[in-house]
Amino acid sequence: MKLIMERGAPGRHLDLLPPCDVPQVTLSRTRQEPLDLPQVSESELVRHYTELAKQVYGVNDGIYPLGSCTMKYNPKINDEMAALPGFSQVHPLQPEGTVQGCLEVYATAEQLLREVTGMDAVTFQPAAGAHGEFTGLLLIKAYHRSRGDAARVKILVPDSAHGTNPASAVMAGFQVINIPSSPDGCVDVEALKAAVGPDTAGLMLTNPNTLGIFEKHILEITRIVHEAGGLCYYDGANLNAVMGEVRPGDMGFDVIHLNLHKTFSTPHGGGGPGAGAVGCKELLRPYLPGPMVERGEGDLRWAVPEHSIGRVKDFYGNFAVVVRALCYLLTLGREGIPEAARNAVLNANYMMHRLAEKYPVAYAGPCMHEFVLSLQQLKEETGVSAMDIAKGLLDRGIHPPTMYFPLIVHEALMVEPTETEDKETMDRACDIFLELWELAHSDPEALHAAPSTTPVGRLDEVDAARNPVLRYQKP
Amino acid sequence: MNFPAELQYAKSHEWVKKLDDSTVLVGITDYAQKELGDLVFINLPVEGDEVSMGEPLCDVESVKAVSDVMSPVTGRVAEVNEELLDAPQKLNEAPYEAWIAKIEGVSDCEELLDAQAYQEFIQQG
Repeated sequence: MKLIMERGAPGRHLDLLPPCDVPQVTLSRTRQEPLDLPQVSESELVRHYTELAKQVYGVNDGIYPLGSCTMKYNPKINDEMAALPGFSQVHPLQPEGTVQGCLEVYATAEQLLREVTGMDAVTFQPAAGAHGEFTGLLLIKAYHRSRGDAARVKILVPDSAHGTNPASAVMAGFQVINIPSSPDGCVDVEALKAAVGPDTAGLMLTNPNTLGIFEKHILEITRIVHEAGGLCYYDGANLNAVMGEVRPGDMGFDVIHLNLHKTFSTPHGGGGPGAGAVGCKELLRPYLPGPMVERGEGDLRWAVPEHSIGRVKDFYGNFAVVVRALCYLLTLGREGIPEAARNAVLNANYMMHRLAEKYPVAYAGPCMHEFVLSLQQLKEETGVSAMDIAKGLLDRGIHPPTMYFPLIVHEALMVEPTETEDKETMDRACDIFLELWELAHSDPEALHAAPSTTPVGRLDEVDAARNPVLRYQKP
Repeated sequence: MNFPAELQYAKSHEWVKKLDDSTVLVGITDYAQKELGDLVFINLPVEGDEVSMGEPLCDVESVKAVSDVMSPVTGRVAEVNEELLDAPQKLNEAPYEAWIAKIEGVSDCEELLDAQAYQEFIQQG
């Protein structure tokens, strides 16, 4: 399809933009040609965006069981609240006294998330999960340094971790030590014991882990790390399985990031905006990025923690995302939050049970909010890979699960239905999964050829990576 | 799959070609390239880098994942195959010609397998 700059004709215009009420200035004295801005009519503009909207698939279209991403439905009341003029028509440089309501949003959201996570303080500056990881690791680093303990340079990461964990640790200047999983998919406690020492800065752990399993030895794991002098980082990507039921703070973790855009129901995908709020225990509070909202006498104000690591983002993070998350928290409340977690676990177990009729589950037993199928046997028998099944799902109007992750499972499909899908929707999705299993045996070529009903066919990912086109060029 | 008899193999799926007593060429095996899938990028080591047996030598990226290539020997990187930067597909097309690094001053070496033993090793899974 055409880009907006390729539509229209010189001189064509529309009346949606208000008249210019500021003086005109020349921004560049060296530019020889006018900027290539779109010149389109209102109807062209509307058709352009309608066409774009038809080419995407989101949670408003149907089930989106993308494992580890928690693509739950986002209630529209969240958007309605974020659009209130008191939130949407303010500027981050306004005097504190004129934005007390916005500061109250931060203060209340912090208080509620402290309660959910069992932490003592929360910052909303980081803009995404990996950004939160990076921030949390900087807190750990600042803590060890403040004690003059420069020898702690290693971060332990299980081999089932999200790829962002080791990447964030390296970005923060640490060395990464991989901890293997034991046959049951949990952290190998003996291997962890052997790996900790006076050079251990901390452990990064996702719980439930990426196989959808709650770490059985979680208390022992955090104790081992603490006894070695390290700190424990909780990757909150999978908090949806346990929110309101158990608290990472009570499991022994010192610092956590939350993906507000996953767990707390704000729209995500396609690059944001997100919010990777970071919570920590009292011992890390002095190092938090500033400014933070502080409750003064009768009012709220900005304050920078004593030994702050500094800003990690301009202003105060993605504010409108925090408004949506707060709205979600207040709507569900003390009873609704754990109920959502329980339903997320129930839904995942229901789908796993139905799919296990044909598809081998990588690690047997009840799962938490997601589960991993291994299609290795199917690929050996029929030549149909996890990728082919995923493309077949696209043709049948379903967003595929996460593919080829975690890396320790071959031909992995990782399914996370979330709590917001009803039984009929899950049944229909399971029927399609099972139908594809039959098709893989009866007509594997049909699946190699999929997808055929989508706006574009199978993309040449290899060529795209080897010869990327990184810049728009005018035709 | 092809495993030339004149090469030696590490269990982490690198091949080693002895040039003289203390110099080797290192690359990835046919099995490794097949498992990794189409490679789209390689992050080469730097000439002069000290590498250690069993530690990462460099990393390669496929459309699926980024994976470490381990060094089967301890020594110093004397030369890298810069051709691979623009043509990582050579690792897939001709894994035994597409050497990654020449390592000199080799002071320690993993227990390497011959072609037949390596083939048996990968068949065992």
